[in-house]
Amino acid sequence: MAPPLYLLVSPYIQPATVGKQITMNCRSEVLEVSVEGRQVDEAMLALLHTILLHRSTGKFHYKKEGTYSIGTVGTQDIDCDFIDFSFVRVSSDELDRVIRKTVGEFKDAMGNGTDGMGQISLEFYQKKKSRWPFSDECIPWEVWSIKVNVVNLANEQERQICREKVGEKLGEKVINIVEVINQHEYLPKMPTQSEVDNVFDTSLKDVQPYLYKITFQITDTLGTSVSTTMRRLIKDTLAL
Amino acid sequence: MDSDLSPQDKKDLDKFMKFFALKTVQVIVQARLGEKVCTRSLSSPTGSDWFNLAIKDIPEVTHESKKALAGQLPGIGRSMCVEISLKTSEGDSMELETWCLEMNEKCDKDIKVSYTVYNRLSLLLKSLLAITRVTPAYKLSRKQGHDYVILYRIYFGEVQLTGLGEGFQTVRVGVVGTPVGTITLSCAYRTNLAFMSTRQFERTAPIMGIIIDHFVERPFGNMGHMHPCNYRAPGEDEGACNGVEDSQEVCTTSFSTSPPSQMGVPGKEGGVPQQVPVQPCHGAQAEHRRVSSCPPADHVPATPYSRGEDAETSSRIVEVKSGSPCDVLETTFTRKVGAFVNKPGTQVTTASLDLPFAAFAPRAYDLEENDPMVQPPESSATSSPLQGSLHSQGSGESGGPAQDDFVMVDFKPAFSKDDLLPMDLGTFYREFQNPPQLASLTIDVSSQSMAEDLDSLPEKLAVYEKNIDEFDAFVDTLQ
Repeated sequence: MAPPLYLLVSPYIQPATVGKQITMNCRSEVLEVSVEGRQVDEAMLALLHTILLHRSTGKFHYKKEGTYSIGTVGTQDIDCDFIDFSFVRVSSDELDRVIRKTVGEFKDAMGNGTDGMGQISLEFYQKKKSRWPFSDECIPWEVWSIKVNVVNLANEQERQICREKVGEKLGEKVINIVEVINQHEYLPKMPTQSEVDNVFDTSLKDVQPYLYKITFQITDTLGTSVSTTMRRLIKDTLAL
Repeated sequence: MDSDLSPQDKKDLDKFMKFFALKTVQVIVQARLGEKVCTRSLSSPTGSDWFNLAIKDIPEVTHESKKALAGQLPGIGRSMCVEISLKTSEGDSMELETWCLEMNEKCDKDIKVSYTVYNRLSLLLKSLLAITRVTPAYKLSRKQGHDYVILYRIYFGEVQLTGLGEGFQTVRVGVVGTPVGTITLSCAYRTNLAFMSTRQFERTAPIMGIIIDHFVERPFGNMGHMHPCNYRAPGEDEGACNGVEDSQEVCTTSFSTSPPSQMGVPGKEGGVPQQVPVQPCHGAQAEHRRVSSCPPADHVPATPYSRGEDAETSSRIVEVKSGSPCDVLETTFTRKVGAFVNKPGTQVTTASLDLPFAAFAPRAYDLEENDPMVQPPESSATSSPLQGSLHSQGSGESGGPAQDDFVMVDFKPAFSKDDLLPMDLGTFYREFQNPPQLASLTIDVSSQSMAEDLDSLPEKLAVYEKNIDEFDAFVDTLQ
């Protein structure tokens, strides 16, 4: 039933699709990793936090005359337990909790002890206020899709090799992320005080990432996909 | 060109470049300290956090950076480089990576200095934070301390990558365009760690260390670390806050980033006290080791890895002395002497040190000459063809005059009791292989008897025929 519903939906609301450029300014990057079941959490955290490190600023403090000052972003090293890898994340426990919660849900959806494929998407968007009765538009400007292939290993020796290999792979992915970010393509303009919530997530008390959302989808073994994004789209549409 | 840039912008840009260079060095060095870095986010700016990032400033690192920059800024043809190298406890060193902050001529005139350039420099520092954890040197730096330390060197000018070996990889951290040029930050890192694979960087003694120590008194072979090396005094390199070490040679600056060593004073051995030779020390190596611990000669333990002279010396002591409690101890120890420990040598010369297992080279054996059992019987010296055929080939080689061509490996087999018989198993074995010839098997004797027998046959037959009744009676008794 999903396709017919989609046709009824307003064409101006764009779902976060995978690997496709859906608006003029939206850049889409795809990262792929193969991990063992118990490495899923740390691998996802490593990549998501690396991206968010680059897409977070200090808290804005607006002063009169349209000027503002920016808070300081601290960083901390995180060592993975199941992967030979360390990464840097923003020093914000709040942000870490939010990310961990989503990654945990993704891991649960992937299931335990079975091979599977899934995808977690980190989308940065801007809000565009619309007039009533239309809801605000969310216009993505950068989408990172991390495709995860989960394998189950038979013995400890394989797991040890996997620890090292996945560590190297994640290192390559970090380099990829940095390459993309340093191309300095589109970034939203720095907003005025009234617009700041359309560009940044101001809910955290110590840092200020760009507005983002994390979605995921699981591909079961038969190859059919169950898209949580589609469900959300339908909900959004019905909320009109 | 500079004329397009307003004075304020130029001033700002120079300031950004300077602090960016200083912060870059801080990030790189702190990432190689071997510890996890953690700084707090502050919602309100303090005014001193450049690029809106909480990066601590280690004073010594700042000092070294400023010294290297010497008032200049990275510019076209003037790159700032941070070289990370590894130095082992044995003094070997190897360059691991070189981080380069360069500028090229490609200008971006339209870019806003105070806003876009600043933010992009901030982004570049974040990328640097991420990339410094990804290169191979990070893992090495986290494990530094006992076997090796990580050092850094800052230099200005031409980039030097020759020390990275063949096949080094380059990763570009990022670029930022400015009105005066494009800033590039990259890292070239070594991939060929072959030198390191021959040394072990886990907490075990290097193999080389064990071989060197083999003929030197060392009760615990696995304590190969306890050899003099450049351990730093405690307190010199706590974290990164103390001790800028002045280097020699090529390095303009170097700084140990390892935690203080936990080892004791080099040269001291733990456990069993070292041996004391009754004889004077032989060989330069032995002397070096024994100098530090030479108690008086009344306690002479022998260990499996000791030089043979000590074991034999102590066995001599057993023979001479009697009744003292020391002797009991010594006797016990002599029995522990293991395989391949050589007999006492009066001929251990410096030349013998050049040969592997040189201690087993031929020399005079006083004991053996006195021992009658050791000397082979004279009959065996005259080897006849028949004799040769009766013995196995192996024994033929080991016995007789062929003995002189061989390097006598005189060993005391384990568990051999050499106090009952004044002869060791080896000697016994050799003698066993060269027994005296049986009289009946010598050709001369046999040939003689044959002739006699033939001659005396008719007479014997006549005698037997005469006594035939006796023989018959004998046969009857048997039935």
